[in-house]
Amino acid sequence: MSYAVKNMSEDDRELIAFRIGDQEFCVNIMSVREIRGWTTATPLPHAPPYVLGVINLRGAVLPIVDLSAMLGMKAAEPSVRHVIIVAQVKSRVVGLLVEAVSDILTIIGDSIQPVPEVSSELEKQYARGILAIDKRMICMIDLDALFPQQESEAA
Amino acid sequence: MDMNEIKEIFFQECEEQLAELESGLLKLNDGDRDPETVNAVFRAVHSIKGGAGAFGLEDLVAFAHVFETTLDCVRSNRLEPSQDVLKVMLKSADVLADLTNAARDGGFVDESRSRALVKELEALANGETPAPSVDAPKVVAKAPEPVQAAPPTDDSGFQPVPFSFDSFGDEEAEGEGEQVFDITFRPRRELFSKGNEAALLLRDLSRIGEMSINCDIDGLPALDAMDPEDSYFGWSISLKTKKAEEDVRSVFEFAEWDCELTVKAAEAAAPAADLPMVPVPFDLSALDEVSGPAASADVSAAQTESDASKMAAAAARVEKKETAAAAAAAAQTATTAAAAAGQTIRVDLDRVDRLINLVGELVINQAMLSQSVIENDNNGTSSINMGLEELQQLTREIQDSVMAIRAQPVKPVFQRMSRIVREVADMVGKSIRLVTEGENTEVDKTVIDKIAEPLTHMIRNAVDHGIETPEKREAAGKDPEGTIKLTAKHRSGRILIELVDDGAGINRERVKQKAIDNELIAPDANLSDEEIDNLIFAPGFSTADTISDISGRGVGMDVVKRSIQALGGRISISSRPGHGSTFTMSLPLTLAVLDGMVVTVAGQTLVVPLTAIVETLQPEATAIHSFGANQRLISIRDSFCPLVDVGRILNFRSVQANPVEGVALLVESEGGGQRALMVDAIQGQRQVVIKSLEANYTHVPGIAAATILGDGRVALILDVDAVVSASRGQSLKPEMSLAATG
Repeated sequence: MSYAVKNMSEDDRELIAFRIGDQEFCVNIMSVREIRGWTTATPLPHAPPYVLGVINLRGAVLPIVDLSAMLGMKAAEPSVRHVIIVAQVKSRVVGLLVEAVSDILTIIGDSIQPVPEVSSELEKQYARGILAIDKRMICMIDLDALFPQQESEAA
Repeated sequence: MDMNEIKEIFFQECEEQLAELESGLLKLNDGDRDPETVNAVFRAVHSIKGGAGAFGLEDLVAFAHVFETTLDCVRSNRLEPSQDVLKVMLKSADVLADLTNAARDGGFVDESRSRALVKELEALANGETPAPSVDAPKVVAKAPEPVQAAPPTDDSGFQPVPFSFDSFGDEEAEGEGEQVFDITFRPRRELFSKGNEAALLLRDLSRIGEMSINCDIDGLPALDAMDPEDSYFGWSISLKTKKAEEDVRSVFEFAEWDCELTVKAAEAAAPAADLPMVPVPFDLSALDEVSGPAASADVSAAQTESDASKMAAAAARVEKKETAAAAAAAAQTATTAAAAAGQTIRVDLDRVDRLINLVGELVINQAMLSQSVIENDNNGTSSINMGLEELQQLTREIQDSVMAIRAQPVKPVFQRMSRIVREVADMVGKSIRLVTEGENTEVDKTVIDKIAEPLTHMIRNAVDHGIETPEKREAAGKDPEGTIKLTAKHRSGRILIELVDDGAGINRERVKQKAIDNELIAPDANLSDEEIDNLIFAPGFSTADTISDISGRGVGMDVVKRSIQALGGRISISSRPGHGSTFTMSLPLTLAVLDGMVVTVAGQTLVVPLTAIVETLQPEATAIHSFGANQRLISIRDSFCPLVDVGRILNFRSVQANPVEGVALLVESEGGGQRALMVDAIQGQRQVVIKSLEANYTHVPGIAAATILGDGRVALILDVDAVVSASRGQSLKPEMSLAATG
């Protein structure tokens, strides 16, 4: 656990890492409200393909997004093994369907590497940085950038 | 409770009183001559004056006083409430409202306007009563500046009133010399509980003359038997004053029916010493700054403290009692009115909303529980089922009651509109009458709060653009006075608000030209009259050639439409050239629950609002007729109605379902016309709690909202109108506008 540093300074952050396909991603733990199992979602008409539908989260209607499809990868085939990360994005709450939550990481401020120049606009949009941990590469996702207010309104 | 909170209560009550005032005046305007209406109007102004006096709001008191004086003339039948008189009074009510707002928010009121009205009011009061008009101009001159309350000592009960020399009472008093009154005053418990304070009344009394006072302590029980909230003292006062008896009584006017009071003129020479009372052992004046040291009774001190805090609030409520003659009758009505008004409590809206949300959860949970019991109930344990049924009934009742808390009549909004009509009509030099109907129609408070703005805008539009000038109207053979009718009614679970003007109607040529100029429609677009009329709701459309001060504030009818839609409502217009236009708004009664029919479409569960459904039927193969390329009609009792496959419209399936295998829901849509919506099956009917999709997602075309069903899953609520429009070939998009289809 070479990456876990006990004495946390203000720059320290805790991240939740999760798996989609053979890639690993992470988001700031502060935006994660809860993690729950997959339940069948009610599909929405005229929704983009990555929006799987809505579920009931204790009385609130929660849209579920297939993060894999949204990031331009293979669409998920939701099963009981999938999990939903319930995340707060600005004023809204979104459920992110991922394959599994893999880790909780504590990192010190400058251990995040900048995203290398890539041609894809999509990756540039959401990727905030890259972490190298135990030979694994974990991409840090900026949820605010992934779900800008107007984008989802047009969706 | 600090002073600001008390003040806040006062202003809240002012709002109620102002509403009362305006509705009373409007009733009078419609020919109502019920003395109780006049009394209600009088009481409203009087209460505002009283409360304002307690806070030293000089401007407000001054204006209210003049207003009150004139109203008193009406009450005592000295002034006939003709249309002209009422016009002035309605304006005065507006100014009073402005002054109240200014006092609350620190705003600024156009002084010239209130001054002019003061003059008009005084002229009215004096027109019938040969009164000391000498004082009037002086008053106007010194009124405006709010000064710190420097109590004039020669004045009657309302020290802060610079206008105190009004028509009643003074004439007699002026001429006569000093007189001595014997006054006995014994407050009852209620006097204190309403927040009045005996010491203050006595102090006021001391200001109008020379006074000697004796306290009657016979009623005072032993200390251990004493109830600190009760009243035990009485006072007998001998007052030497130049004032008339009425003025003396007016000191007690807020308290008169909460005490035993006698005022009688004594022999002029009667010395105070003759009174068979013990001298004051409890110096009440210790309670305030008026005089001397005090070995004061703790009882009184305690009362003062608690009562002072209540005082202001109560002062605004206390009604004025008649002087002498009409006393009994007025007191009777006033008391009943007060009792009726007293049965309310103020609750923070957030608390109500929290309760509503919780009850919503309860309903869902109860439904889920019922369902799982039914699923697991193999041996028919009827006691559980019975219990569940009762629970269901109870939750339903709780829900209804909770919803009723938020329901409010639309009256306040309608009243605000009458003011807008008056003001705008004045500004543009038109004569317009606003007729309102169904103002007691109840609707959720959120809806009320949110319709005020669009409605204001529409009213302004109707006055500014809809109704013609009196000359044009006369030329067209119409009554020079225009009429705007505002009605509210419940219709199939929604509230329908109609705004009808008898103006010129929509100038379709101009609207069309404008739409072409603004590139909203193609120049060769072939539009029906209805479509042209509805162009005015298109974004970026404004027909006013010159932006006028009244309606051209940069917001058009598109904003109105959007705000109505945001409420789950719809708006449409119909217009007849030369005869006027009708705007129809249909809004949900509450934004929280809905009676729906639960249906299955392409394997999905949907809820169709019951209000939209006219009937349901099982189509027979012979009733289905193909029409053109891919349209199908269903014949219902010899009329043909287009079939709309909901699953297709919502993209749930790619091929049209076989109508014979499904169920048709005959719906009536806002735009008129019936459609048969095809669904696969009907599951049942139930009340559902509306959950917003927009909160975490976005508006979904064709879907009004979501709900949570008994099994805990989310079901979507169909937006019938959007689906019907989509079936007409318009695209199913959130920003659906006529402009796009033109």
